[in-house]
Amino acid sequence: MSILVYTENWAGKFKKLTYEIVSFAAAIAKEMGSSVTALSIGHVADDELKTLGKYGANKVLNVKDDRFESLDNKALADAVTKAAEKEGSNVIIFAHNNEGKAIAPRVSVKLNAGMVSGVTGLPVSVDPFVVRKKVFTGKAFANIQIKTDIRVITFAQNSFEVVENPTEAAIEVFDPQIGDEEFNTVIKDTHLITGKVLLTDAEIVVSGGRGMKGPENWGGLEELGDLLGAGMACSRPVSDEGWRPKEEHVGQTGKIIAPNVYMAFGISGAIQHLGGVSSSKYIVAINKDPEAPIFEAADYGIIGDAFKVIPQLIEAVKEMKANK
Amino acid sequence: MKILVLISNVPDTTTKIRFTGDNKAFDATGVQWIINPWDELALTRAMELKEAGGVEKITVANVGTKITEPTLRKALAVGADDAIRIDAEPLDAYFVATQLAQVAKDYDLILAGIEASDYNGAGVGGMLAEILGINSVSAVSGIDLENGELKIHRDIDGGSQLLSIPTPLIAIVQKGIAIDPRIPAMRGIMMARKKPLNVVPPVDAEARTEFLSYELPAPKAACKMVDEDNAKELIRLLREEAKVL
Repeated sequence: MSILVYTENWAGKFKKLTYEIVSFAAAIAKEMGSSVTALSIGHVADDELKTLGKYGANKVLNVKDDRFESLDNKALADAVTKAAEKEGSNVIIFAHNNEGKAIAPRVSVKLNAGMVSGVTGLPVSVDPFVVRKKVFTGKAFANIQIKTDIRVITFAQNSFEVVENPTEAAIEVFDPQIGDEEFNTVIKDTHLITGKVLLTDAEIVVSGGRGMKGPENWGGLEELGDLLGAGMACSRPVSDEGWRPKEEHVGQTGKIIAPNVYMAFGISGAIQHLGGVSSSKYIVAINKDPEAPIFEAADYGIIGDAFKVIPQLIEAVKEMKANK
Repeated sequence: MKILVLISNVPDTTTKIRFTGDNKAFDATGVQWIINPWDELALTRAMELKEAGGVEKITVANVGTKITEPTLRKALAVGADDAIRIDAEPLDAYFVATQLAQVAKDYDLILAGIEASDYNGAGVGGMLAEILGINSVSAVSGIDLENGELKIHRDIDGGSQLLSIPTPLIAIVQKGIAIDPRIPAMRGIMMARKKPLNVVPPVDAEARTEFLSYELPAPKAACKMVDEDNAKELIRLLREEAKVL
């Protein structure tokens, strides 16, 4: 028996989120008296595969097959299912993101498994298997029992503390033997915004709203973002106006993110915006309007002019880095 | 091309969420029901494709009791040609997908919103594809129809892709699929009354998950304020108190 983790890498390096899920899986494995197998599909070097052991993976199945680069949902689901069957996995964990949402439901049907998505934290109990998740877009939590012997869950980012749990991960090359007829997704064109921090996996996010007054005023925010190694984000009006690329829009209808710190400059914090950032560990708000709803959601705030605050923050971060 | 749009009936997104009976059930008293916002955008895009030519028919389908009929009528008023209601309480994603599978076989393109705004499950579309044994693609942010061929735009980490995938296909759609949802016009509302809304009995199926109880989130601690002229303090707090820098 084992717990299977579907890992994700970005240009050959595992995402922070993957380490979080491996830690999470290791904690569940401990409760269930089970072990953790991580499944890696793609081009990840052995040294990098080994790093999964640091967070508690006992075994890594390494699938090297270029056909999976098309992210064909059906073929990927087949591959994960084959891995789960080989390992006798009774819990299969994906990230609650684009890839996880695409594959997990298919895998659950193949394995006759019940599925719960967006799980926040360790199971309430493992026998019966009960997990907790946010419902009504963050307005409440639900406790849900999965009644099948095999369970599929997708894990909500930033709901488990990454802990080191060093084990030696055995690496095994795995060929799930998926026929060509299973691959039906053909990529005609790919458009990547390169050289930036991946917003959905960033630990720190610097974000600007209408209060920034115009695209010409983003220099300070970008400098602060660079210094912090932060992902850049914006509110919907900013992307609608074309001040910033639409890929930066976070909110209920944009990207949903859960960084350690979300820093909102000149964002009033409409409910739709908060829907996309409310899972951040800390929210920092800088806004001129003391009545702005963002302060209700924020942990730290400054009522004031972003243009006065940003240069001070840049200076403070420079000092912090100099003293480190 | 025939399009099926899956419709979830959800409480208006501004609803104050309450529970009854020891927090074991959602309190639907006085709730306004709407088309799930993602499904509404999917339907809007389906309408745009139909108006551009090449789509014969748009059907909407829902698994629900009689209370979902006004929501299906609204979808007909927006412009769907007919509606199917599978007469059952939607127990969980697998149950719903199993029910939908019996009516979803004759469509070239099936559209599902990425999640419903009530239980945020994100499961039905992918499960239905697997039950039917057909292709699926998720994170879809655009669909075009050129000379009978679908062009699918998908969001990926750090960018987007243009894809071609053979039909029948389930596209699970998210931001970008349509700009704003279409509001039914008076003429549409009048016509919707005469459009077919077929009620289909459920097939035998069981739920694989069960909602045991609900909780409201604990109230959040007050926001700690830093003075505008002493903004450096914010960095100190993030570093020393929150320990995130």
